[in-house]
Amino acid sequence: MNTTVNTHTTANALEPQWLLDRRNSGNETYSNLPVPSAKDENWRFASVLSEDIDAFKSAPMPEDHAIDYALSNSKLVEDPIAELIFVDDHLVQSKPLPKELIDKGVRFLSLNEAIEDHSHLLEPYFLKDSTRLGSQKYFGLHASNVKAGAVLYVPKGVEINEPIAVYHWSNTDKGLICPHTLIIAEAQSKVSLIDVLASTTEENRCLNISASNIQGHPSANIYRKVIQNFNSKTLSFQLDSAIADRDTQLENIAINLGAAKARYENQIKINGSGAHVTMYSLSVAEETQEFDQRTFQTHNAPNSVSDLLYKNALFDTSRTIFSGLIQVEEGAQQTDAYQTNRNLLLDQRADANALPGLEILANDVKCSHGATTGNIDEDELFYMLSRGIPHRVAMQLIVLGFFEEIIEKLGSDSLAENIRKLLEEKFASKIKS
Amino acid sequence: MQSLEITNLNVNIDGQPILKDFSLNIPKGEIHALMGPNGTGKSTLAKVIAGHEDYEVTSGEILLNGESILGKEPDEISLAGLFLAFQYPLEIPGVSIANFIRAAKQARLPENESINAVEYYKELYDKMDALKIDRKFTARSLNEGFSGGEKKRCEVLQMSMLEPDYCIMDETDSGLDIDALKIVADGVNLMRSPERGFLIITHYQRLLDYIIPDVVHVMYDGKIVHSGDAELAKELESKGYDWVKDSFVSSLAQ
Repeated sequence: MNTTVNTHTTANALEPQWLLDRRNSGNETYSNLPVPSAKDENWRFASVLSEDIDAFKSAPMPEDHAIDYALSNSKLVEDPIAELIFVDDHLVQSKPLPKELIDKGVRFLSLNEAIEDHSHLLEPYFLKDSTRLGSQKYFGLHASNVKAGAVLYVPKGVEINEPIAVYHWSNTDKGLICPHTLIIAEAQSKVSLIDVLASTTEENRCLNISASNIQGHPSANIYRKVIQNFNSKTLSFQLDSAIADRDTQLENIAINLGAAKARYENQIKINGSGAHVTMYSLSVAEETQEFDQRTFQTHNAPNSVSDLLYKNALFDTSRTIFSGLIQVEEGAQQTDAYQTNRNLLLDQRADANALPGLEILANDVKCSHGATTGNIDEDELFYMLSRGIPHRVAMQLIVLGFFEEIIEKLGSDSLAENIRKLLEEKFASKIKS
Repeated sequence: MQSLEITNLNVNIDGQPILKDFSLNIPKGEIHALMGPNGTGKSTLAKVIAGHEDYEVTSGEILLNGESILGKEPDEISLAGLFLAFQYPLEIPGVSIANFIRAAKQARLPENESINAVEYYKELYDKMDALKIDRKFTARSLNEGFSGGEKKRCEVLQMSMLEPDYCIMDETDSGLDIDALKIVADGVNLMRSPERGFLIITHYQRLLDYIIPDVVHVMYDGKIVHSGDAELAKELESKGYDWVKDSFVSSLAQ
């Protein structure tokens, strides 16, 4: 059953044995595991994936007009200090790091470059592990096919204050893309990376299986944002995992706007005391979109904080599923772990499912989990109308306001403003008087 | 016809009559105070005028400068020139004061025109200064985490920014300490003009020490039972609402 592997033989020849082994093992996992069904707890409430995954294939280098489109629309992150732009998993543009950062030992590499020249950097982490949240089969497909992505290595004590951006565009109908992001932040380093996932056309139905892995060493400060804005035909899996060590500060923000079906798995493991991890998400679902969100916060060490807030707005007959688990291991005393899911239903046909969960083996912890699902507050609406604000504008302001507590955490005024514009565009067609 | 004129208004909630043949005429340039015990229909009146749809209007008429506003949407009524300062202003998470008022101002411009941001902020800051509202509040979510006094000052700020023809203030004085009360009163007095009418709904006479009304009405059981000048408010304060009941209601019933 090797027919689905799309790896390039030319690239293979240059790959080290450890990587070939991991690819093979990924391929086996993909071939051997069954297609998940809703009977599986990790797939509860998710609609059945009827698609033939094997029909999606890696696409060749895109034509110039697609590249031009991608380049001229990779604008969400203003003034990145370094940037990589991929179309259909082919690197089409890169802006390297400034020399002074390279001299300090920082590396920001396309995956191919990293495999060729920095195999030792990758080996401890790359494709070694993923989320344990149900998509192991698809991670296997990712592992056997991945050839695009970014590897970011920040040495001890180096702080980078400007954002680094990575764009992944899908361009081909029935195309498969497998973007990968690996962030290795050594002790006391600081870095911010933004991944943007999007489509060059409204029509190309693509399969995205992206994975990211963050290694946060002691006292590292890592800020990772991912913006998923594929066209409405796309199938998307995002499998994100992170490890936080002693005093690591890790902020995750996921913005989910696109795709027909998008599954987002985010798993964080806290292995050191004093770590502070936040996981925020903002999703706008419309038409028949389905956002399936699975999260896992593991506390293996005492005195750490993890804080999760996932907010969803649902239009039309869209669906969301939030399933989250906080796991506090024995000995992880003085843990503060929070998990909140808030859903705003803008159509009574929309369907928001929430499955919050706790598993606590320590006895001295502060943990909370909660989910709420509600409609627009009629009194708030009346208040706004009574100021002369038209119904449509009032609704837009309320929905945008609902998300503001996530948007303001983006930490960059220009990115926040660009995200607000994306949301306003989406609402403008959605909310009519 | 430059007035806010309410004629024989009858309003039910869940089939229960709340306003009973209520009539009141507020010409521009006048401040009318409406006083009365709790549960007598004052807030219902305010919300019905502002176009709240939860109330069943069985008969009557509300004219704003001669045009009927009954049955219109709350935003249309606002644009026609009415402002209601809420008794309990709502908290709107994630919508800043600046953006909220801006959206309300924008709604008053022709479709292809947009607000001049520089002029807008100058006006906003000037009016915030006058109401002693910290300029930092512009970026804060509307009313979220505000104290009672801050919420009421913010209502007066909105009122002064939107420059309505008629202002209805629903128990704006409730929950205010004397300093906040004076600030709110100053804000209202600054807006006092021959081109503007006010209806000040209050339970207590205290606010009327600072905003001197032209006419005071006493409301009881869904209608006005007695009207007088500013002295009436003081008389009411010293004699209490039982005096109203004994002197005016029982005689009406006979």
